[in-house]
Amino acid sequence: METVLGRYRNLIILVGVLFLQVLGLAVQVKRTSDAESTRLIRVWAVGTITPLERGLIWGQTYSGNLWHNYFYLRGVRAENRQLKEQIDQLRLEQVRLNQDAEQAHRLQALLSFKERYISKTVAAQVIGSSGSDQSRSVYIDKGISDGIEQDMAVLTADGVVGKVLTVFPSTSLVLLINDQSSGVGAILEKSRLQGVLRGTPNGEVMLERVMSDEQVAPGETLLTSGGDQIFPKGLPLGRVAKVAGTDSGLFLNVKVKPAANLGRLEEVLVVLAKQEHQATAEGTGRVRTVDIMAQRLPSVPNKPAVSAGGAGIGVPGTAANDGAAKTPTVKPQSQTGVKPQTSAPSVRPKPVESDTTKPQGSISMTGVANKAATNPASGVTSAAPPKTVTAPGKPAISRPKTVTPATGTPASEDDSH
Amino acid sequence: MPITYTSGEQVEVYRFSVPVTVGVPLLALFLQAFVPLRFPFFSIFDLPLLVTIFFAMARRNPVSGLLTGALIGLIQDALTHRAIGLYGIAKTVVGFGASSMGAKLDAENAGARFLLTLGFYLLHSAVYFTVARGMVSLTLDWSWSRGVLAGLANAAVGVALYFVLDRFKQRT
Repeated sequence: METVLGRYRNLIILVGVLFLQVLGLAVQVKRTSDAESTRLIRVWAVGTITPLERGLIWGQTYSGNLWHNYFYLRGVRAENRQLKEQIDQLRLEQVRLNQDAEQAHRLQALLSFKERYISKTVAAQVIGSSGSDQSRSVYIDKGISDGIEQDMAVLTADGVVGKVLTVFPSTSLVLLINDQSSGVGAILEKSRLQGVLRGTPNGEVMLERVMSDEQVAPGETLLTSGGDQIFPKGLPLGRVAKVAGTDSGLFLNVKVKPAANLGRLEEVLVVLAKQEHQATAEGTGRVRTVDIMAQRLPSVPNKPAVSAGGAGIGVPGTAANDGAAKTPTVKPQSQTGVKPQTSAPSVRPKPVESDTTKPQGSISMTGVANKAATNPASGVTSAAPPKTVTAPGKPAISRPKTVTPATGTPASEDDSH
Repeated sequence: MPITYTSGEQVEVYRFSVPVTVGVPLLALFLQAFVPLRFPFFSIFDLPLLVTIFFAMARRNPVSGLLTGALIGLIQDALTHRAIGLYGIAKTVVGFGASSMGAKLDAENAGARFLLTLGFYLLHSAVYFTVARGMVSLTLDWSWSRGVLAGLANAAVGVALYFVLDRFKQRT
């Protein structure tokens, strides 16, 4: 017996070591949360390797900063001047975008659309990778102590990078979108087709679940759909690079070029908090579609107010007609029991400057509303102090707030009758 | 205190100091995790595998070879998000095989080292893919052209690396 054991000692040890590893692997496969069952080993390994990487990155950054901050200041003055000019232009652009954002906000309110905005992020340095083609993931230098949690979205200025998979005390493992185990809810910007973005074994990114009878054009931009509850909606994912049919013929094979350069990641942003926002315009209560349409469409203008005892004839569909026709004067809806429709998108006045910057196709009746707001004779509008409107993530701009009746009937037209 | 290993009588057995025994695998793991960030093509190399082969062939002891392979492989697994054991099993087999071959062959010249490294790279890939597909149900695409190309690249780098690491060898 001893001779047999001695003779096959090496093989027995090999089989034993392999058996132990296979057993460990089987346990991990059986448990779905293998990250928890092997956490200690991972913490040790990461704790051994990442300090070296962190040190090297620190040294690299320090020497880079030294060079850029002290030795490479040529042309900074000219660049500063150029940047200031650029800021001025961007400010103008921002005003226009604020208008658009507010309009979109009001439209979302009509749809009771819940939007998630990025409200808090933390910048992180990529300090290492898994070092394997079979696991496309990177390590960042922020962990539990920095408020990082599992499943947080990770981005760059170019687009989505991935999500936080495992969090360690001072580092985190980020699963890239080109790993085959990742999945991101995606939507094509123009065609609005939805699908799932997945990585392939060879590191490419494919959009799955797009039916073969759909038209997908190469070059089209792909955005996050927000359906995965991890990535906020509307972040750039990439562009369609190639479209082909699958073997089964049911779905398209849409190859995507990621917006972020996943092969050369240095700094990333981790989304710490998403602000879930129920888009609401000012005012309370639900807005009926018919009311909104009534405001948008031209209607028969009100007749001038009639003195007491006279028959006040209102415009069909208006408060004056519905509820207050018998009253001697035309009253605002708010006084007739009908909800004031201040939340309606089309009746809110816009500042004068917005008229010049507003894109075509806008549905608001800016000019009319402004007229109404400034017509004291109509008695149906009242000017309020300027109100600050803030688009998400953008500085506030001030604009006058005006309360108008639900009819949206141009007050100035009253004068013509 | 140097770690010594003994094996066959005809071939020479080497030992390594503790700093080299610990430091070289750690450095290989570190470089494997760090360099692909700056040079993505570097991920085609498998430095921990090359170090496993080198130590196993130099020590010529199957037990130390397989244990070295298992340890390096498990640490490499821990750095990925996959189940721990995939690289561990593959490198255990390679460590055992390399030390067994090292005990029978004179693997000191560049040609033999090149061929052995190429062979062990393919063996490593085969074991990894088999375990990954068979046990973990991973969908992995095997491409012969890419596999052989990566094997040749690893073998070339391995030959150069082995000559550097030869300086740390100590005769028993």
